[in-house]
Amino acid sequence: MFKLSADGLAKVKSELERYESKYSAIIPALYIAQKENKGWVSPQVVEHLSDIMDIPASRIDEVLKFYTMFNQRPVGKHHIQVCCNVSCAMKEARELTDYICSKLQVKEGDVTADGHFTVTRVECLGSCDTAPVAQIGDRYYENLSTDVVDQLLKELK
Amino acid sequence: MMEAKLLTQHYDKPQYKTLKGYLELDGYQMLKKALKMRPQEIIDEVKASGLRGRGGAGFPTGVKWGFLPNNGEPRYLLCNADEGEPGTFKDRLMMERAPHQLIEGMIISAFAVQSAKSYIYVRGEYNQSYDTLEKAIREAYEAGYLGKNILGSGFDHDLDIYRGAGAYICGEETGMISSLEGLKGQPKLKPPFPAIQGYLRKPTIVNNVETLAAVIPILRDGAAGYRKYGTEKSAGTKLFSVSGDVVKPGTYEVPLGYPLMDLINKECGGLRPGRRLKAVIPGGSSAPVLTAAECERATMDYENLAELKSMLGSGAVIVIDDSKCMVDLLHVILHFYHHESCGQCTPCREGTGWLEKISKGIIYGTAKLQDLDLLERVAENMKGRTICALSDAAALPTISFVQKFRDEFEYFIREGRSKVRGKIYAQMHH
Ligand SMILES: Cc1cc2nc3c(=O)[nH]c(=O)nc-3n(C[C@H](O)[C@H](O)[C@H](O)COP(=O)(O)O)c2cc1C
Ligand code: SF4
Ligand code: FES
Repeated sequence: MFKLSADGLAKVKSELERYESKYSAIIPALYIAQKENKGWVSPQVVEHLSDIMDIPASRIDEVLKFYTMFNQRPVGKHHIQVCCNVSCAMKEARELTDYICSKLQVKEGDVTADGHFTVTRVECLGSCDTAPVAQIGDRYYENLSTDVVDQLLKELK
Repeated sequence: MMEAKLLTQHYDKPQYKTLKGYLELDGYQMLKKALKMRPQEIIDEVKASGLRGRGGAGFPTGVKWGFLPNNGEPRYLLCNADEGEPGTFKDRLMMERAPHQLIEGMIISAFAVQSAKSYIYVRGEYNQSYDTLEKAIREAYEAGYLGKNILGSGFDHDLDIYRGAGAYICGEETGMISSLEGLKGQPKLKPPFPAIQGYLRKPTIVNNVETLAAVIPILRDGAAGYRKYGTEKSAGTKLFSVSGDVVKPGTYEVPLGYPLMDLINKECGGLRPGRRLKAVIPGGSSAPVLTAAECERATMDYENLAELKSMLGSGAVIVIDDSKCMVDLLHVILHFYHHESCGQCTPCREGTGWLEKISKGIIYGTAKLQDLDLLERVAENMKGRTICALSDAAALPTISFVQKFRDEFEYFIREGRSKVRGKIYAQMHH
């Protein structure tokens, strides 16, 4: 069963106090819980949040499903999110995504056998001047090329 | 030409991020000035400056502020830092390089509209913007620029920051309000407009990051000083995010009315050697595309781009050279709008899906020539019939791409491969 850490629980409680409507705390709470649950939000996570926040699970579920930054299935330790929108597509971002997938021997959205990586495509990351761009964890990686990617994958493991 | 850096003149100085560095470069001086004015005087100055919203629609900022009802209800100010329109990255630059500029602009604006509480709604992916702003907000509180009785003026204001979670539609003002209220980020029917009934049903002003920061040079130079830049109907300077096929992509501040070709050639170093300009999307991916010939005539202001039946939008300029396939690019754009439709309105939900499917058919070699007419017809029927403008955002590029680059679309359908790249796309990364 998933349970927030004491620290996570305290953070969720403080988010509940922070806004005039407690529903505003759903997104922050999902972020906190996702981080503590290896990067994804399971049905148990939703149940747990529902108990703590005293908000129906279905309300939390609606929010979870609407926003793409919450993962509804397990992801690798490193979630590589490659932007494939216009400016990045113009700089071969889609070819690069295929390259990363074949190099890691994984299909988009799946987790590599060693649990290290998931590769997905995302929409514009707001860094189109440094295309192609990927977000891995909290960081942006810019001006990507196959060489940079090779190096990165070695370092990340 | 006169130097036109009203917002970005200090962006290359790393200390500008910190309160100390910001103060050394005359930061928070305009807040001091504002707090000695009457709120209505500030609104009048902003009205007179001709400032138009920098988030996309270009609505006059002072006029919007004037819509707030005088019914004694608490008022909210929301800063739209969702920046989801593909091609746009100017707000991120300001948040990361000049967070205090945004905060100062917001406090002045909040004082002008007499709001005691504001939020910055930052898109979820922008971790660095979030962290930088959070730190700056703390500094501002400690220095007495936020909180109770700001600088002894008697004005109280609290500013908080909220992190979105990856939904383009939360950039639409009522979608953003829904999201901040803890709901799915679905837009609401207007009227009532947010100025009358917004966040928690209270009067609310939603403004873009760049709009709120522009209040600073307006107070410094006065409306007349600000109007020295730009054109009659498009006053001041604007940040343009330029990406795609130029040598130096990036964010550039120029006066409105600046020739598009100068932006490309003088600021961005032109195209790569040997390449020819094919097209430019001048205002984010939802703006109708311009042909190379139209680019020669285009100036970057609201009225000229409207005359060319396109728009300035968020100021995202995507430059496309002759090595790119327009069919492929339209498909990428349509995939985006279909993915981001919130699903409330039938013309948008079904229409964006339909458009994406037809464009995919072209790419996969299963389309017929009649499908081009269908694309245009579906797009025409999506315009102006929905709760928000996302439906139009998918329709407008579709119509302009098909009309202006019809030969590339016809070739693709007939030959099953791209006229430009010779590629057969089926099965490839789409
Ligand atoms: C689908 C859609 C997405 C939008 N995204 C943004 C955005 O990311 N940032 C923004 O400032 N405005 C965005 N807007 C415009 C806002 O609805 C609103 O007009 C704007 O924030 C008002 O601020 P301004 O008057 O300062 O431009 C979007 C509009 C639509 C229809
Ligand atoms: S137009 Fe599209 S995105 Fe906007 S409210 Fe309707 S369905 Fe949602
Ligand atoms: S298109 Fe990739 S970051 Fe904008």
